[in-house]
Amino acid sequence: MKSKTVEIMVGMFVAAGIAALFMLAMKVSNLASFTEQKGYDLTALFENIGGLKVRSPVTMAGVRVGRVSAIEYDMASFQARVHFTVDARYNKLPKDTTASIYTAGLLGEQYLGLEPGADEKFLKAGDEIKLTQSAVVIEQLIGQMLFSKATEKKADQTP
Amino acid sequence: MTTFLHILGRSGLTFFERLGRATLFLFGVLASMPGLLARPRLLVVQLYSVGVLSLQIITISGLNVGMVLGLQMYNTLSNFGAEESLGQVVALSLVRELGPVVAALLFAGRAGSALTAEIGLMKATEQLSGMEMMAVDPIKRVVAPRFLAAFISMPLLAAIFSAVGVLGGYFVGVGLLGVDDGAFWSQMQSKVDLQKDILNGVIKTIVFGFVAGWIAVFEGYDAVPNTEGVSRATTRTVVHTAFAVLGLDFILTALMFGD
Repeated sequence: MKSKTVEIMVGMFVAAGIAALFMLAMKVSNLASFTEQKGYDLTALFENIGGLKVRSPVTMAGVRVGRVSAIEYDMASFQARVHFTVDARYNKLPKDTTASIYTAGLLGEQYLGLEPGADEKFLKAGDEIKLTQSAVVIEQLIGQMLFSKATEKKADQTP
Repeated sequence: MTTFLHILGRSGLTFFERLGRATLFLFGVLASMPGLLARPRLLVVQLYSVGVLSLQIITISGLNVGMVLGLQMYNTLSNFGAEESLGQVVALSLVRELGPVVAALLFAGRAGSALTAEIGLMKATEQLSGMEMMAVDPIKRVVAPRFLAAFISMPLLAAIFSAVGVLGGYFVGVGLLGVDDGAFWSQMQSKVDLQKDILNGVIKTIVFGFVAGWIAVFEGYDAVPNTEGVSRATTRTVVHTAFAVLGLDFILTALMFGD
């Protein structure tokens, strides 16, 4: 009887160790498959998604309402197509809802922000959000700033 | 002056003598591994005392290390508004460094010292010589199963340590401090690489398990067979394992992540 207990404990120990390795591989590293929650899928096209990732949050007024489920490059429009799932309870988004990519904090993670429009009709599963605003790319901002500064200087010197 | 040189030379010779004996001893242990396959029961008993009984300290320490990491990193990361990176920081530091190293140090303290004391006492009470008298090879019967059990347990224990630590960081970060659940896991998953981080961490633990097991059984087998000798051997096991693990960790890290 005693020896059986020892064997069972060792078996459980080895199983726990392998389960921990499995968890590290599946849940911690980039090998994971994602669990789907109940909700409906929407898509949106963006010029540039910046650092948006699969599983990034989708928010409305700062409240998380869903998650990004997939990101791909759309060859037809040469834009990035973002698929995201919105929780089933938020099922009354107007048709003219806007989707924008924002950054949480200065260096934080990027997320998808939705702003409701005023349309009477609501978005259904599989619909595409037409009004989008791309991520702000800091290099472009700096480039624009330098460019405008340079033209300013030129304008100052010419007269 | 001459006495100083004398002591220096003596300690140098003792060091090399012990290293040589340890290496020969290791070959003897490795050579007797195939014989162990015929008697897996010996291994199971040792896996219990080396692995299962270490679970308590490993899980509790892992949980605490993860929780402290979560707390500390949150305070610093929130200065930059980058709290969402918490998962990534906790997972990377656990999987790459803290998991293997801290688990190995705890393992040396919990299991290595016990192995040394057990074998040393067997030697001091002349059980080992008794076995030899009965034509039972003590290396095959006593040392090999303990070494193999340490070698097998160490990677499993370190994996448990890291996994529990990540859960501890999750508990503090997401549960108490309000980091976003999905961002915690997604940032972690996007930055932790299966091959580069997890696999290299496992390789580290395999090396540490080998070294910790080797030192523990050798110190026990080589102990001066009296009370004081056994106590010294036990101390040496913990100290030498700590040195070896920390030194090897630097070398392995430089090899794996240096590029």
